[in-house]
Amino acid sequence: MGKKTNRYFGTRQRRNEDPALLTGRGLFVADVHLSNMRHAAFVRSPFASAKINGIDTSAAKKLPGIVAIITAEDLGELGRPTPLVVPPPPIEGLEFNQQTQVPLASKRVRYVGEPVAMVIAETRYLAEDATDVIEVDFEELPTAIDLEKSLHDDAFIVHEDMSSNVAARARQFKGDYAKAAKAAHTVIKRRFTYEHGMAHPMETRGIVAQWDDRVNRLFVWAATQGPSLLRGALAGMMGMNEGDIRVIAPFVGGGFGVKVLYYYPEEMLIPWVAKRLGCAVKWIEDRGEHFVATVQERGQIHDAEIALDKNGMILGVKDTFLHDNGAYNPYGLTVPLNSQCSVLGNYVIPNYDSTMTCVYTNKPIVGPFRGAGRQHGIFVIERLMDIAARELGLDRNEIRRRNYIPHDAFPFNNELIFQDFTVLTYDTGNYEPALDRMLEVIDYKKFIEDEQPNLKAEGRHVGIGIVSYMEGTGIGPYEGAKIQVQSTGRVRVVTGIGTQGQSHFTSFAQIVADHMGVTPEEVDIITGDTDQFYWGAGTFASRGAVVAGNAINEAAEAVAKIALEKGAEHLGCAINDVALEDGHVVTIKDTTKRVPLGELALLANPMRGAVKPGTEPGLEATRFFGPERGTTANGVHGVIVEVDPETMFVNILKYFIVHDCGVIINPMVVDGQIHGGVAQGIGNAFYEKIEFSESGQIQNATLADYLLPTSMEVPDMDVEHIETPSATNRLGIKGVGEAGAIPVAAAFAQAVEDALDLPAKGIELLDIPLSPDALWILTQS
Amino acid sequence: MKPARFKYANPKTLNDALSLRAEYEDESRFLAGGQSLLPTMAFRLAQPEILIDLNWLHELNYVRLETSGAIRVGATVRHREMQVNRLIIDHQPLVNEAVFQVAHQQIRNRGTLCGNLAHADPSSEMPAVMLALEARFHAKSIDTDRWIEAVDFFLGVFETALEGPEMLIEIELPSMPERIGTSFMELSRRPGDYAMMGVAVVLTLNKDGTCANCRLAFCNASDTAVLAPKAMASLVGKPVNEETVRAVANIVQTELDPPDNINASSAYKTHLAGVLTRRALLKAVERASGGARAAA
Amino acid sequence: MLKEFYTVTTVVNGQSYKRVIEPRMSLCDFLRDELDLTGTHVGCEHGVCGACTILVDGLPVRSCLMLAPHADGADIQTIEGLANEDGELNVLQWAFREKHALQCGFCTPGFLTTITAFLAENPNPDREEVREALSGNTCRCTGYQHIIDAVLLAAETMRADK
Ligand SMILES: Cc1cc2nc3c(=O)[nH]c(=O)nc-3n(C[C@H](O)[C@H](O)[C@H](O)COP(=O)(O)OP(=O)(O)OC[C@H]3O[C@@H](n4cnc5c(N)ncnc54)[C@H](O)[C@@H]3O)c2cc1C
Ligand code: FES
Ligand code: FES
Repeated sequence: MGKKTNRYFGTRQRRNEDPALLTGRGLFVADVHLSNMRHAAFVRSPFASAKINGIDTSAAKKLPGIVAIITAEDLGELGRPTPLVVPPPPIEGLEFNQQTQVPLASKRVRYVGEPVAMVIAETRYLAEDATDVIEVDFEELPTAIDLEKSLHDDAFIVHEDMSSNVAARARQFKGDYAKAAKAAHTVIKRRFTYEHGMAHPMETRGIVAQWDDRVNRLFVWAATQGPSLLRGALAGMMGMNEGDIRVIAPFVGGGFGVKVLYYYPEEMLIPWVAKRLGCAVKWIEDRGEHFVATVQERGQIHDAEIALDKNGMILGVKDTFLHDNGAYNPYGLTVPLNSQCSVLGNYVIPNYDSTMTCVYTNKPIVGPFRGAGRQHGIFVIERLMDIAARELGLDRNEIRRRNYIPHDAFPFNNELIFQDFTVLTYDTGNYEPALDRMLEVIDYKKFIEDEQPNLKAEGRHVGIGIVSYMEGTGIGPYEGAKIQVQSTGRVRVVTGIGTQGQSHFTSFAQIVADHMGVTPEEVDIITGDTDQFYWGAGTFASRGAVVAGNAINEAAEAVAKIALEKGAEHLGCAINDVALEDGHVVTIKDTTKRVPLGELALLANPMRGAVKPGTEPGLEATRFFGPERGTTANGVHGVIVEVDPETMFVNILKYFIVHDCGVIINPMVVDGQIHGGVAQGIGNAFYEKIEFSESGQIQNATLADYLLPTSMEVPDMDVEHIETPSATNRLGIKGVGEAGAIPVAAAFAQAVEDALDLPAKGIELLDIPLSPDALWILTQS
Repeated sequence: MKPARFKYANPKTLNDALSLRAEYEDESRFLAGGQSLLPTMAFRLAQPEILIDLNWLHELNYVRLETSGAIRVGATVRHREMQVNRLIIDHQPLVNEAVFQVAHQQIRNRGTLCGNLAHADPSSEMPAVMLALEARFHAKSIDTDRWIEAVDFFLGVFETALEGPEMLIEIELPSMPERIGTSFMELSRRPGDYAMMGVAVVLTLNKDGTCANCRLAFCNASDTAVLAPKAMASLVGKPVNEETVRAVANIVQTELDPPDNINASSAYKTHLAGVLTRRALLKAVERASGGARAAA
Repeated sequence: MLKEFYTVTTVVNGQSYKRVIEPRMSLCDFLRDELDLTGTHVGCEHGVCGACTILVDGLPVRSCLMLAPHADGADIQTIEGLANEDGELNVLQWAFREKHALQCGFCTPGFLTTITAFLAENPNPDREEVREALSGNTCRCTGYQHIIDAVLLAAETMRADK
């Protein structure tokens, strides 16, 4: 029997999805146009905290083109608080105070942008006209905005049924930090603040729903990362059978975490109202809404300490941190739990003690955005390592090397509960070669010994930053795939995940092509249509390639086997004498003796006669893959920056990445993922910050004021790959989606400190994001 | 994010446009390139009842060299012309240098110079350039016709000396004498953004190389584009070198009191004003003494 | 003189259209909703992201910052009009695919139109010029490096083809 050889897997392949996207034919949700389609717009709270005393829609109802105006009192069953998406993790002693929002607020609003009423009209223009004249009688209340102050005794309480703003509190520890600290040669304590901003996919959210009462089904097109999850949520909220709902995620213009299921009010309301009105309804979030209506990440404050012996070996780390949770917590503890776990970094930390407190504030909801709290944790540990190196007189790379988890210590059990509720265990890793490679490509020695001193003599301020990171990826629960050979000979793969630019149409095709003896262009990948494939979770936590990829691999293997069996039978030889090649089953001895796959597919679906008992029609198989636990990717980022000491403008001269995401399916795609991640990391480090006023208004809620990096801010990068196969899956792959974004701020801070020789002046960069202004102020003091 | 409903007028002549404006003074707005007004309307922060679209007034689409050597730019001339028009490149290097800092090419292809000035955003580049150049503004209504000096034109944030029914129909950029050097420098978080701080310099030298006249105009330093008169005066009669410009920069820092912005505190902006003054003056003197007036 | 509706007569990708619309309609909505040319994407509606960039009389502009009446009498080109006559990808589109210059593809129409005009003006750009030319278009996926690579490849190929 033909064994799979890697012809396409692992190689650079142009993307199958590109021709449609390059010619304007790719269907995005905003492009869905149905007959009898109405348009929705929302009245949103202009206040971060207010009581609603009444809503007057009478003037709006008189406007032309208005179909319906919906407020909370119309919602019935739908009006109850939405369920939690992610329940609290099984951490001992966990305190968790659940608060989720209702689709339309009727009594209280708790953040600017919270939806209060929905207008359905003939056009979006007319719908917005009506939102303008709906009078909501708000009674403004005090606010809880500042993260720390929201815990003070006199703080305003965001949820009136609670006695404080503590959303959750969780302590996780291993070993005995206090004891370790006592025995330490050096203990370093610092306070770090880290803010991560907004995802801003270039396509905002959006949903179109159509109720068809001829078949009693609901059809939904949504810019979602988890079509099956959305279907389940809608079924639950609307009391419908899952099977009567078809959710289609067409091309999605970026997701980065914020388009997974959150029970967003609009996503519940549009299908509901479409059913109620018996028509099609469309809502496309505008960018103004996106600033308040889509989840965002935000700030944490870490009081962290590290205990070391005199050789720089870590004895323990202690961290107490606050996490700004926003007004509700539908996504549970995913983000802060990632932070808590990421502080462990790439190191052997025998004693760890971390307590997090999540805090309700009158701000939009916090949810995972690429990195999802990991960059907070990595920043803390990497900065601590920098400071430790300095205090102990060690080279920054040497201290890391000494503390790395050794290659032979994997699987490495970190004894904490991770975001997937399993015990955080790093499956495989090999950290030193990645660091060595970085030192080589960035030419560390030459930079430190020659270049930097020479540049300094010329009056230039150039510095280097090198940091390590790891990332838990590819978590469960599972994904599945069905593969079918069509009568044309093309191979059709359907899977339940959504795709938002991750090149699944190509990477998955590469996996299948090798098994089936076809080219990737002959493989059609269908994602994100719940009628095509029923089961699935979604694309998040850098899991698509790992989890769906392995399901596809297994399905392809099974279909290949069926094809070989049928082919052998057809060609009258044994299964060991045939192979898949060129879209045919061929005999190995004489490859001109062959039968096309398409013909076999037809033969496998006879229209007359009896089939052998126990056999199934078609060349088809469905397989599922559920990893026991996640797989850990890692890497090293290196950056060289030049700072203008007068203006504090930072110019990134070089950016290097050495990355290990296990076995690579398509290096071009991996490079692209890393580039994009680093670009977002640069935004996080130096440009993007959501500015809240004391009353909870976002003061920079336009893309002119919220600074997404452009081509002028993102440097060219060199990406190097190291491949340490994962032990959790047969393909050996690890996730890569979020990796690029995670360590950038830590590298950036180290490099800027170095460029300006700040530690010598007693200045440390402990807060992200930085900005020229912030740097200037720091250096003035 | 859709604009509120309005009635639309597309006059084909200046006269028609001005009559409409006179008739509907309070409820109407002119629309030029729309690159400032349309986003404001999309957020429904502006909801004019009537929009008088100037884009059809071809008679105002000119860049003209007057016999005096001055250049006039009509109301519908787009930013792009400041980049490519030979007259601007040859005679108004400061305008040409600064325009590349205004937004991005797609916006410059549509936005107009006059619309930009009428909009009077204090962080915009062009008002400062006009102050530095001592440009003049031609305001016209159906009944009135007058010229306004640059120093009198900008009154506040989004506020100009244009009255009720007046339209800015053109501006005049005075001709530049010999031994003049100009320079525009700004710092913005991302190229193409409005300036965090910016300075426009017009430096005229005496034959002996000392400063005959110096104009320093700043953007984003106040609620309008502003000059720094004390700093300007302090350089007159002096040679222009590292040391003297440093002194000028110091005066600038005491003279300006810029407001805080989201991306930059007042103190930092004051600091930047000094840095930019020094750098821009040195660039200007290099250009003035090199006889090369063109922007690098 | 004051109009509540406006008749737009325009040519888009070589085809003439005539529509009666409310003058407040943005040009991007006009293209997408009235002419069903949904290849032009809308990312911000306030002129910053560049996704909606189209070519009007050969020059790239933000179609979200123009009104539908501005299309009257204009010659417009959108992403749907870029491919070769036989429907094959043109050189720029081909280069985007070769260099993996798109991920989700949402920003891509705006980049393609912007660069089409840029390369017509500057057929032999260097890397920094390309970087600058792209700066009015935001891409949240790619980090721009592959886009710059693609533009340089396209420029080189176009020059060789001439
Ligand atoms: C993303 C983005 C970035 C930008 N960055 C910058 C930047 O860095 N620097 C900068 O300077 N600008 C910037 N701009 C604004 C741009 O320069 C505008 O083109 C300019 O400010 C306004 O010119 P306009 O022709 O588009 O005017 P419009 O938007 O049409 O009008 C602006 C205002 O002026 C009034 N008006 C217009 N013309 C006249 C007239 N002739 N007489 C009387 N009133 C008139 C209008 O009624 C309106 O109130 C940016 C714009 C965008 C969208
Ligand atoms: S949609 Fe027009 S610039 Fe963003
Ligand atoms: S490819 Fe997704 S925004 Fe550019």
